Amino acid sequence: MTALAEDEKVVAPPASSHALAELLLRFRELGIVLALVLVVGATTIDNHLFLSVTSIQQLLSGASIIALLAIGETIVIVTRNVDLSIGSVLGITAYAVGVLYRDHPHTPLVVVFLVALGIGAACGIVNGVVVTVGRVPSLVVTLGTLYIIRGIDGAWAGGNQVNASMLPNSFNKIGYGTIAGIPYLGIIAIVAVGIATYTMRTFRTARDFYAIGSDPDAARLAGIPVGSRVFLAFVLSGGIAGLAGAVWLSYFGSVDAIAGVGYEFQVITAVVVGGVAIFGGSGTVLGAALGALLLNTINSALVVVNVSSFWSQALAGGLLVSAIAFDRLIAVRVAPALRTRRRARV
Amino acid sequence: MTTTPPEPVLSLEHAQKSFGAVHALEDGDIELFGGEVHGLVGENGAGKSTLVKILAGVHRFDAGRLVLDGEEAIFDNAKQSQAAGIAIIFQEPTLFPDLSVAENIFVGTQPLKRFRRIDGRRMRREAEGVFEQFGVRLDPDRLARGLSIADQQLVEIAKALTTNARVIVMDEPTAALATTEVERLFGIVETLRGRGNAVLFVSHRLDEIFAICQRVTVMRDGRHVLTKPVQELTLQSVIHAMVGRDMDALFPKVPAEPGRVVLKVDRLTREGVFTDISFDVRSGEIVALAGLVGAGRTEVARAIFGIDRWDAGSVQIDGKSLPPGSPTAAMAAGIGLVPEDRRQQGLVMDLSIERNIALASLDRVRRAGLIPRGAERRFAKDWALRLRLRYGKLTDPAWTLSGGNQQKAVLAKWLARQPTVLIVDEPTRGIDVATKAEVHRLLSELAAQGVAVLMISSELPEVLGMADRIVVLFEGQVMREFARAEASENAIMHAATGVVEEIA
Repeated sequence: MTALAEDEKVVAPPASSHALAELLLRFRELGIVLALVLVVGATTIDNHLFLSVTSIQQLLSGASIIALLAIGETIVIVTRNVDLSIGSVLGITAYAVGVLYRDHPHTPLVVVFLVALGIGAACGIVNGVVVTVGRVPSLVVTLGTLYIIRGIDGAWAGGNQVNASMLPNSFNKIGYGTIAGIPYLGIIAIVAVGIATYTMRTFRTARDFYAIGSDPDAARLAGIPVGSRVFLAFVLSGGIAGLAGAVWLSYFGSVDAIAGVGYEFQVITAVVVGGVAIFGGSGTVLGAALGALLLNTINSALVVVNVSSFWSQALAGGLLVSAIAFDRLIAVRVAPALRTRRRARV
Repeated sequence: MTTTPPEPVLSLEHAQKSFGAVHALEDGDIELFGGEVHGLVGENGAGKSTLVKILAGVHRFDAGRLVLDGEEAIFDNAKQSQAAGIAIIFQEPTLFPDLSVAENIFVGTQPLKRFRRIDGRRMRREAEGVFEQFGVRLDPDRLARGLSIADQQLVEIAKALTTNARVIVMDEPTAALATTEVERLFGIVETLRGRGNAVLFVSHRLDEIFAICQRVTVMRDGRHVLTKPVQELTLQSVIHAMVGRDMDALFPKVPAEPGRVVLKVDRLTREGVFTDISFDVRSGEIVALAGLVGAGRTEVARAIFGIDRWDAGSVQIDGKSLPPGSPTAAMAAGIGLVPEDRRQQGLVMDLSIERNIALASLDRVRRAGLIPRGAERRFAKDWALRLRLRYGKLTDPAWTLSGGNQQKAVLAKWLARQPTVLIVDEPTRGIDVATKAEVHRLLSELAAQGVAVLMISSELPEVLGMADRIVVLFEGQVMREFARAEASENAIMHAATGVVEEIA
């Protein structure tokens, strides 16, 4: 927050139209927090139990898995790509972890998470290779792997299910345990988002992601290894989706062939609502995670005030469209100012 | 050559570069010295841009020698040129709009602190330091999106300095700048010179060349013409060196008696692009829109045809005003437009030749809402024959045609509509001599049949040979209008470079 305040001070003096646009963009995260407060406040007036400890714990846990996935998706979208396969990757790793425990109940936790990471990263490698070496648009590639991975998952799991009873207690505890009232899942998500947010603004490789998404040709001219960076983004996204798969299993306790179906769209919605430009170049992990929290909170709030859950989907869609409309509005506002400046001499 | 230090920082000798049959550069020569601003001038197509792109590592020369600090160098890509200490400031720089100014300056070369973390504070401080040297204020933290062209150039120059570039090439840097911005840029160029950098300053504006350069190189038709200290040159001698060439007999305009005014453009203005443009074209007449690249010629043509809206003024065909921003209305009124970029705008490259030719005339081929293949083919064949189009099969995709024949196919498409006004934008760019002559013959015949032709061309001999009247644009305004008899290469060049006073 201190960094944010510093930025404002520097930007404030030149009060032209693009400075205003810039300010709005920087306030994006604040805007989401504001919306969050509004939703929670309004719902609490209707039903004071919405702000109870259990309810808040549930809100945090529920949002944490989408928030984790949003980290990887943000990295990919920032490079002007998209990863649609994360829901399937989460599903197959969740099942793999379940099977691992069923067959080897005493596997250490570290090994389990390494396996999850490995499976996810392997899926990411496939995506990354086809996108960068094969030069196929990521939209098509990951739509393909979405179905391929889900298909493999289905063939493997069949009608089987792994239940919480087959999982060790230490593992299940990740899903429901708390420290000082804060659920483990929430802590995991907060720490991960914190690390990712810091990393994305502090390291050259991470800044390369933004440069690539901002202008791929200019990035190539500036000597950035575009291919290997994009590849890395997909591996990270896959690896994170794998870890999220293990976390998902600990939270839900049982897994079958349809775990995580449709998650990719929830995640992309959260990322875009959180202010990450769908054509790359800008946006933060923090914003994306807040987007996930907002969407999850709206979902729960609608349940509390007895509105059909179908409406929550419509509302999420509405938020998505207005987020994109907002970005477009800013772009359109800046454009004419540029045109007249270019030939001010005439 | 008298006052210069002995060893050039960079010298390019006898560089050649062709693109297919087009010789873009036949003898490119330049010598740059530290602490000196070197001007490079020439007409459109003189080979300046190709020379710059060779230095930038974008193109590789076919023959020639590049010597940097006494050592021979060859660049395969832009990265190698940058590493060798050459920085190119293009007319419109490519920055990352979503990154901050400081990040744009240090992309890939960010200062690091412990654990390879980017040292944001130092980055900001160093960026500020560079701007201070130039005496300009630019917030290193603001995003590059929305920066003016002048500020974008500034960021590029700052980038060049932080990577310790010794040679700084500015390609038409002032073309998009306002007067105060030009003055600021001159100040920066002076600073660079004072630091001992070698600066190559490419410009269309001769007054600027005389204002800041110590030496000047003139190029013409891809060849080096002269290099002299600026004191030994005058405006006249530079212009003469730029255009001094013999006219050839390639341009046979059949004299035709001009008829009534068909196209009348009155005080046409598009904010920030062109201002107060007025001229008319009579039936049977070819009027040329001359001027340098970026003078606004194509933009005027696009506005007349309704692709871009105009903000003020009017366009009339046979006395009737056209609505702004409607190509449909322009076509209905009888205007045809053969665009400059035939690959992007003139033809649908993957569509067959016959479909391309019939594309603008489908209402004539159509029967009861359907388009009979046979009728379409007969129609296309007829026009292909009239224009002597050379093709394999009419069903081949348009990209199989040679450049010249592509141009003829675009012409066929519009001639098939039998327009009353035909606008042709650079009709002979990049096509071979024989086809060029045919295109000229065609345009001339069209005029003789009573079509009003508006021709945009950067080739002065073509303009002088073909046009009955010549309208010269400079920076979005009509600089002068010449009748055929009073026009000369010198006079047009003067007007096109914004030089007002008359010479003999």
